[in-house]
Amino acid sequence: MTKRLIAGAFAMLLPIMAWAGEYDLTVDRVTIDTGDFKKQGIGYNGSSPGPVLRFKEGEEAVINVTNNLDETTSVHWHGLILPFDQDGVPGVSFPGIPPGETFTYRFPVAQAGTYWYHSHSGFQEPDGAYGAIVIEPEGREPFRYDRDYVVQLADKHPHSGDRVMRNLKSSPDYYNRQQQTVGDFISESREQGFMATLRDRMMWGQMRMMKADVEDVQGFTGLINGKGPEQNWTGLFKPGERIRLRFINSSAMTYFDVRIPGLKMTVVQADGNNVRPVNVDEFRIGVAETYDVIVHIRDEEAYTIFAESMGRSGYARGTLAPREGMVADVPELRDAPMLTMADMAGHMNHGDMDHGAMGHGGMDHGSMNQGDMDHSAHMGGTPEDPFYASGSGLLPKASNGGKFLSYADLRAQSPVFEEREPTREIEMRLTGNMERYEWSIDGIKYEDSDPIVLQYGERVRFKFVNETMMTHPMHLHGMWSILDVDAGQWNPIKHVISVAPATTVYMETEVDAPGEWVFHCHLSYHAAAGMFRKVIVEGGPEEEVVTGQAETQGGDV
Amino acid sequence: MSTRKHLVATLSAALGLGLLPAQAAADMAVNAHSATAFWGVSAEKFEYRYSDSDEKLAVIESGAWYGSDELKFRWQFEGEWEEAHNAWETLENQFLAQIPVSEFWDAKAGIRIDTPEGPDRVYGVLGLTGLAPYWFEVDTNLYVSDEGDTSVDFEAEYELLITNYWIVSATFETLLAFSEDREIGVGKGINSTEVGLRLSYDLIDRSFSPYVGVVHERKYGDTADLARASGGGTEDWFAVVGARLAF
Repeated sequence: MTKRLIAGAFAMLLPIMAWAGEYDLTVDRVTIDTGDFKKQGIGYNGSSPGPVLRFKEGEEAVINVTNNLDETTSVHWHGLILPFDQDGVPGVSFPGIPPGETFTYRFPVAQAGTYWYHSHSGFQEPDGAYGAIVIEPEGREPFRYDRDYVVQLADKHPHSGDRVMRNLKSSPDYYNRQQQTVGDFISESREQGFMATLRDRMMWGQMRMMKADVEDVQGFTGLINGKGPEQNWTGLFKPGERIRLRFINSSAMTYFDVRIPGLKMTVVQADGNNVRPVNVDEFRIGVAETYDVIVHIRDEEAYTIFAESMGRSGYARGTLAPREGMVADVPELRDAPMLTMADMAGHMNHGDMDHGAMGHGGMDHGSMNQGDMDHSAHMGGTPEDPFYASGSGLLPKASNGGKFLSYADLRAQSPVFEEREPTREIEMRLTGNMERYEWSIDGIKYEDSDPIVLQYGERVRFKFVNETMMTHPMHLHGMWSILDVDAGQWNPIKHVISVAPATTVYMETEVDAPGEWVFHCHLSYHAAAGMFRKVIVEGGPEEEVVTGQAETQGGDV
Repeated sequence: MSTRKHLVATLSAALGLGLLPAQAAADMAVNAHSATAFWGVSAEKFEYRYSDSDEKLAVIESGAWYGSDELKFRWQFEGEWEEAHNAWETLENQFLAQIPVSEFWDAKAGIRIDTPEGPDRVYGVLGLTGLAPYWFEVDTNLYVSDEGDTSVDFEAEYELLITNYWIVSATFETLLAFSEDREIGVGKGINSTEVGLRLSYDLIDRSFSPYVGVVHERKYGDTADLARASGGGTEDWFAVVGARLAF
């Protein structure tokens, strides 16, 4: 009797112990089936994506990662604030997890919200090594919902990551099947006149740049929680419920424009941090970003979650339905956007001078376009999104003509860090050479670069100057990126800052985490091509007394 | 001569197909964050030509490369096998090192070994390859032979996209010699031009693109005289069928 009681008590404890944040993850070769194609890839606990890891703020996370691959692996906890030796970047935070071995990650869970995890080794992440993290807050959340779903987006490509990179290096337009054709020339000539069209083509041809260069890697199938459009991931609800959707973009390369036709979405979190609720019809989610939205569904109808790629070369689709099997219409893809001369401005300003590989560190091209762009980034109030170059071809519009979320709409729900003057500014020019598929920072690739050295306790203002025609989601590990939307202490805190072509964007960072970290473009093939930096934070709590820093470390307030 | 041919073939095979993938994989494992070394194997032309004067040729222009953004090693092969003589009319292997010199241009240097039917030649090569404004792919080389003769070739290609899969490529090639090399049929001045027009379809990615087309070849001046003297023609129209390959 006593025995049974103890056993019973133990059984009741089990789920609590599991909630205590201990997980076993195996890294495995898996078969990925998108509905369009099947491929060999990498997953966790036998599937890709891996399991959703749920933690509670304040507890200790313990994750035993066993590497069943025949190569080194690693797991990076994307967006989590943790000791640097638990950050999972091989060669920087730790040596990596050799084949056959188990590494135990152990760190305090100091925040709440939606995050994700992925391998930081080679191209394992594009090959499928990713999963979601959901952290329940200690206190009450400032919004209500009845149920929640993770909606993890990915751009699954039939080619392996190594193959994609090699093809891009051989021929940068290898995957671009949206290039302008003779047919486009004829139809554009009819609309705008032959000479105008010819002049346009000559202008771009003279620069050897492509207007259609929006998505480097096309030919993917968009996934939601591992399911392709035909496999139709479905989240069930009861009419009248508020549903929290935790959008995570775990794509290698693809930005998605997300909408749920017929429903307004209320954005309540960005990158795991509460923001003042914004009602939108559509939002763009950069690679590695997360947005939590709440939808309130009153009727007994099915709704399509439609995530079109920014370049409109593919889409992910899922369904919210009151019953399994119910579906709603799937919209057509809209026309592909074309870059404009405005998107080219950052490149033109430095023109032929920047040869990337040739290295020429000292020149400061960024200052040349500074005036113009800074201006546009801080105007606010203008109808155009200040986070795109004025006249940009990438400027998003809601499909129903309604509200499209902008970075400029994001405000922290409550201030996380004390507002103070930055101690210094560091400029990072985002540079590249599309024809060579070289990507770099300040014209220098990772392997040729020196680490960025920060001092513990300082507040650094980073100035991103995008001199390329691509959009770069910049991700700093270990410390929050406070996006400057000109809202002072209400500036939102994020872990990925997307920088559109020919724009200048600022973020500030409270340097409150000692150790060695990395800072990189989260597009897998840009990072691997060299748009990547090591960051060293010198000093620390032992060496320096910094008041007020330690307790502001947490994310969600 | 046949052993030399064999050697060249072996070397080419080793460079092109054997060592490269393994090395690339090893380099990838060394550095988890930067992919620094790559390789590629391709055949721009892999075709059968049938001329208006019943000449039948198999033509291959292919190559392989291995290396980084800063330094690539390249093997280029060019062969024209003539059915009537059952012999290689052209058989050319180039081994080159290539470095970037500007945003769109690479310089290359190396050696070219010609081992066709007839006398052999070895050349030193200095070249420039890249993308000119308005999307012309250009490749030009200066050759100095072991006989002391100097020549220059120039190739340009333009691709016109009918759709994103149906592509017309227009090519132009010419050879200019600064001195005569009578033994191999090279006269002083402009030797020849080759103009081609090919319509291809990307059947499997960009790996396999079958095409049909026409090619016009013409010899000029002393070179034309030399060709006539050896009983050859000086101008040919070919119908071509083949495929562009890339791995």
